[in-house]
Amino acid sequence: MTDIFYGAAWLQYALSGLTIGAIYALVALGYNIIYNVTEIINFAQGEFVMLGGLFGVFYYQTFGLPLGAAVLCAVATVGLVGLLLERYIIRRARHVTVLSMIIVTIAFSILLKGGAMLAWGKDPYRLPAFSRTGAFLWQGVAVQPQALWVLGISAVVVGVLTVFFRTSFYGKAMLACADNADAARLVGIPVRTMVLLSFGLSAAVGAVAGVAICPITLMEYDRGALLGLKGFGAAVLGGLGQFYGALVAGIVLGLAESLCAGYISSGYKDAVALVLLMLALFFKPEGLFGSKEAAGLKRF
Amino acid sequence: MTFREKIGFLALTVFLAVFPWISGVSRSFGHYIDVMIFAGIFCMVTLGLSLLMGFAGQISLAQAAFFGIGAYGSGILAGHFHWNPWAAMLASAGAAAAVAWIVGVPALRLKGHYLAMATLGFGVIVHIVMNEEVDWTGGPSGLGGIPGMSLAGRKISGDAAWFYLVWAFVLAAFLFSRHVLHSRIGRALRAIHDDEKAAEAMGVPVSTLKVQVFVTSAVLASIAGSLYAHYVSFLSPGSFDLMWSVRFVLMVVVGGMQSLWGALVGTVLLTFIGNEWLQVFADFEILVYGGILLVMALFVPQGLVVWLDAALRGKARPVPTPSDRGS
Amino acid sequence: MLHADPVLELHDVRMHFGGVVALKGVSASIPRGIIQSVIGPNGAGKTTLLNCISGLLTPSSGAVLFQGEAVQGKPPHEIARRGLSRTFQHVALFPRMSALENVMVGRHARTRAGFWASGFRLPFMRREEARIRTDAQAWLDFVGLGAQRDLPAGALPLGKQKILEIARALATDPVLILLDEPAGGLNTRETEELGELLKKIQERGVTVVLVEHDMNLVMDISDRVLVLHFGQVLACGSPAEIKDNPDVIQAYLGEDWGDGGGGAPRRSGESEVDQGR
Repeated sequence: MTDIFYGAAWLQYALSGLTIGAIYALVALGYNIIYNVTEIINFAQGEFVMLGGLFGVFYYQTFGLPLGAAVLCAVATVGLVGLLLERYIIRRARHVTVLSMIIVTIAFSILLKGGAMLAWGKDPYRLPAFSRTGAFLWQGVAVQPQALWVLGISAVVVGVLTVFFRTSFYGKAMLACADNADAARLVGIPVRTMVLLSFGLSAAVGAVAGVAICPITLMEYDRGALLGLKGFGAAVLGGLGQFYGALVAGIVLGLAESLCAGYISSGYKDAVALVLLMLALFFKPEGLFGSKEAAGLKRF
Repeated sequence: MTFREKIGFLALTVFLAVFPWISGVSRSFGHYIDVMIFAGIFCMVTLGLSLLMGFAGQISLAQAAFFGIGAYGSGILAGHFHWNPWAAMLASAGAAAAVAWIVGVPALRLKGHYLAMATLGFGVIVHIVMNEEVDWTGGPSGLGGIPGMSLAGRKISGDAAWFYLVWAFVLAAFLFSRHVLHSRIGRALRAIHDDEKAAEAMGVPVSTLKVQVFVTSAVLASIAGSLYAHYVSFLSPGSFDLMWSVRFVLMVVVGGMQSLWGALVGTVLLTFIGNEWLQVFADFEILVYGGILLVMALFVPQGLVVWLDAALRGKARPVPTPSDRGS
Repeated sequence: MLHADPVLELHDVRMHFGGVVALKGVSASIPRGIIQSVIGPNGAGKTTLLNCISGLLTPSSGAVLFQGEAVQGKPPHEIARRGLSRTFQHVALFPRMSALENVMVGRHARTRAGFWASGFRLPFMRREEARIRTDAQAWLDFVGLGAQRDLPAGALPLGKQKILEIARALATDPVLILLDEPAGGLNTRETEELGELLKKIQERGVTVVLVEHDMNLVMDISDRVLVLHFGQVLACGSPAEIKDNPDVIQAYLGEDWGDGGGGAPRRSGESEVDQGR
């Protein structure tokens, strides 16, 4: 993106910050879904994003599917990977220790990364933008339509998930599993199925982030860890488990990162989100919007 | 020490004492001493990590960063500023301890997955700093010209001398860790592992102890980093990235977290695998590592050492603890 | 109620979890050296109260004064160091450690060899370690578990585990010890022995706060009884006063306590349904 007027530079930075922030928000949602149902933090979440982008490219270029179909197929495929992760790996490790739970998801993330490298190599791939119109000027800033797509998709996903968990039977049943799995089982909620679904859903949301961002930033096999870490930052900053909080926090992270890259140092832009993550973890682990009391409950 | 342990420790010492001689005998084994020096350096890191994972029940994905702090600290102080390597090693270890304390105090107040994430983030930040601060670290092109070390006025040169130096450090670290585990502190750590709430109600300052273990592990990693810097005399950020942190975790998991012997065995085994036998896999070694980690975590969670020990003695598995469930 | 030398005072302690109110303002004053029982139906807030006192929970409001100093919000290990120890309703031993080692952990707050001293096995650390061992052995002998010292705690029968927990708590040199249903799961003979043990503990000058369902035990050994009902203090007094208190009788008769313990005072007989635990 080239600056047309210097005066509009901040707006340009803000716009790209908003876009990447919306992606972090989507990644954060993935953490929140699994956390809401199982209180597990899935270290492979970032790899779902990477896989989403690369599978999108695979279906579009290799299979020659139309873009819309390729996107849907990619999301479905990664959702399936999430289901497999839960069914064949998490379920085996769940009743051991938190430590082995962490190790298992880390191992799985490495496998996904290694597998992606095996399948796609080390080159970055691009997916075409979702709409054919080119960039247009607004307030002296070049706006890519794909950025609008990313923002729109994030808003829709947040809205749909909120409605799903607040009002639908399945959503409420999933939340009940986290509160008290035994009680949920007693009232007839199939806890295992709910946990399985949460991993599938979470992987699919991650994949949505991956395909949405691929036309803008490209995608390669080793992007997962950093995306996952920044998304986790958004999840913590917004209060683990909270969807709107994740959206706001994701955008805050994105803006901070983009403005840092623009005005301070592009080399350190990746560190900005991580420093914010650590500050959030250290000083406000309940998140910007979470109450101390709720955080206290979670820990006991 | 129990009798078995004494015998084991003695056997290890004798083996190490004669290893350079054995590897000198046959030409085809000659380079194994080089691998063993690296294995020893990594053992320092994994002994600390084993204390943290197996006995404090916490995971750190920042060990490569502390390793790097030691390495770059020594490299810069001894290279740029011509400090005595031993003073540089001490100063770097102090810096690593301070950083670990700053990161650990808030992070270890939190439970479960948070420390893992905080250390992951911290590790990535350190890696970014290594790449960006080109004036000090040389950035991606690396930092060279690090002097060697000398002991009692004699320069340490040749593989055998380095081998003895590194493994003397490992044995000292091993004894130190073992003594800690068989003391009031180790008992408290095991208590935390079994039932954190009960330990706390009995007057065990849970988070303070966890921070102390975390700081100890960082110091051991930093000392290892200093030895590494002086041995290889050239550093690049690639040796201190996230994948290396995962590798250290893998070494501990393969050998077995609940035993210091596990850290030694896992580290030597994986260093040999990585340096000798994985060359054929070239780029795809991470796939192999991921597979090993997954299989070990799922099917042999107690690690090779405990598993072999139990298999040899025909003993049942250890009693699982109730508090290990969930977070 | 004012006592000359209260070891523990509760001032309007409230605890709510989200919307659920577990304690609605509990005030009490416990004199030094007595056996104070706390009774009440399941869900009355007894365990929550113990957790608030021992620091596992921070009360939503109110004050907990231990030996005249506010301890609410302090970490549990800090409170233990000041001389307040406890046992748990559901046995919380360290199952993989031996009985002796469990009690040795109880000595943690009273000993000081740190990381460096232990790593280098300094002479003072060795002497201290030997002393920890003899002290722990003495406490095991005190509760009558001397013979089981080398067994893993998890391998002991439930009754002995409950006693071991008491030994571990005593090893912290407490001024006050909170016992959460120590007789739960014990048979009649074991319960009698427990009563004798509690008397022995009292003789050593340790104040005992006993949460218990076994009314025979409570009425036998308590100096004072506090009745907790829906998170509030219903009555407080000597066992005889409690037995005759009309509010308590009303509460026991009017509603089904369903305790499954040793039975309520003046039990109504037919209305008591044993729900077990």
